Amino acid sequence: MVGPFGYTIWLLGALLEAAVVVCSLVRGPLRRYFTLNLYMAMSVLVSVGRYLEFSRHGLTSSEYVYFYYYSDAILTICLYFALMGLYAIVFEELGVTMRLRVFMMLLLIGTTLFSYSVVHQSESRMLTRYIIEISQNLYFVGLILTYVLWAALLKLRESRVRVIQIVLSLGMYFSINAANYALRNAYPDLRFVWAFLPPAAGMFLPIAWIYAFMKFDDEARLAPGRLAAVPR
Amino acid sequence: MMAALIFIFSVAALMQFFVSYCRSLIAASSRKALSADVQDVIGIRRSANGDDFERVMQYLHLCPDRREDRNGVKAIGAYFRLLGAVGAILGKLVPSLRVWTELERSQCAYFAAVALDRRIAHNRDMFAEQMSG
Repeated sequence: MVGPFGYTIWLLGALLEAAVVVCSLVRGPLRRYFTLNLYMAMSVLVSVGRYLEFSRHGLTSSEYVYFYYYSDAILTICLYFALMGLYAIVFEELGVTMRLRVFMMLLLIGTTLFSYSVVHQSESRMLTRYIIEISQNLYFVGLILTYVLWAALLKLRESRVRVIQIVLSLGMYFSINAANYALRNAYPDLRFVWAFLPPAAGMFLPIAWIYAFMKFDDEARLAPGRLAAVPR
Repeated sequence: MMAALIFIFSVAALMQFFVSYCRSLIAASSRKALSADVQDVIGIRRSANGDDFERVMQYLHLCPDRREDRNGVKAIGAYFRLLGAVGAILGKLVPSLRVWTELERSQCAYFAAVALDRRIAHNRDMFAEQMSG
């Protein structure tokens, strides 16, 4: 049963996602951060779709559950494209964008096949289990890729505040979701924890991106040495 | 086993991303000089002390907030508490860590002072607009 609080979070999340695209349009970087905006636009559509499925079939129906997890997997793949867009921005001067894209696509396909093989070997072979397994692995690979991008930002001494904040907030989003799915996989009974975290993370990401788009322009810079957790 | 490993790595990465994110927020405001009025009110000139943070936050809560600042201030508040906990628990074992957390806490206080300065300036502008309108 979704209470007023749940509806509010749902509506607020969708509005914030739409607000990212609007802010990006207003502030001008829509084309430069196209994949990020594409992900946010997809999130809004998925939110609407989930609401329609929920209102037709109910929260516990298999239709809603399947729609939820499949759409989540599709959104994660969209987030991979967003990540590719960020890689392209960071490495645009080195001219290795195409190779990175091919590598990330191969990684995406590899993760999917790996998740399938893990579930295929297990006894239950349930489709929902496969979806949870693949979501956990996709978020985790996304986290690794964001971590690598973050290390590259530090190594290249990237100083654009907007890029830095978008990458770091994306890293937090991937971390929360990967940890959440892992917890769910290991302890399916801890519903009060893993049911709460995705909406919280889902609200955080658009807020952080709105902040990055509205507060800083593309030329705002800071000293990269100040960013590493361990002082250099 | 795999889920446990993913969980541990994800939580560790989350902490690192969170710390770096907060540091990026702080770094973006560290170059801004405080106005003379705010310097007089809170008694901070160029550098702040970690102990100033709570006091500056009290001033911040007295001042009508700006939507753009709200989330940044909350994130830095959480970062400040995290630093306090790390400094108190691990600071005795690793003295250099305590020095680092103190430095970070002082930068959090300076961030809050800059946010206060911005809020006061924003409210002054709003007031001036209303008076002229």
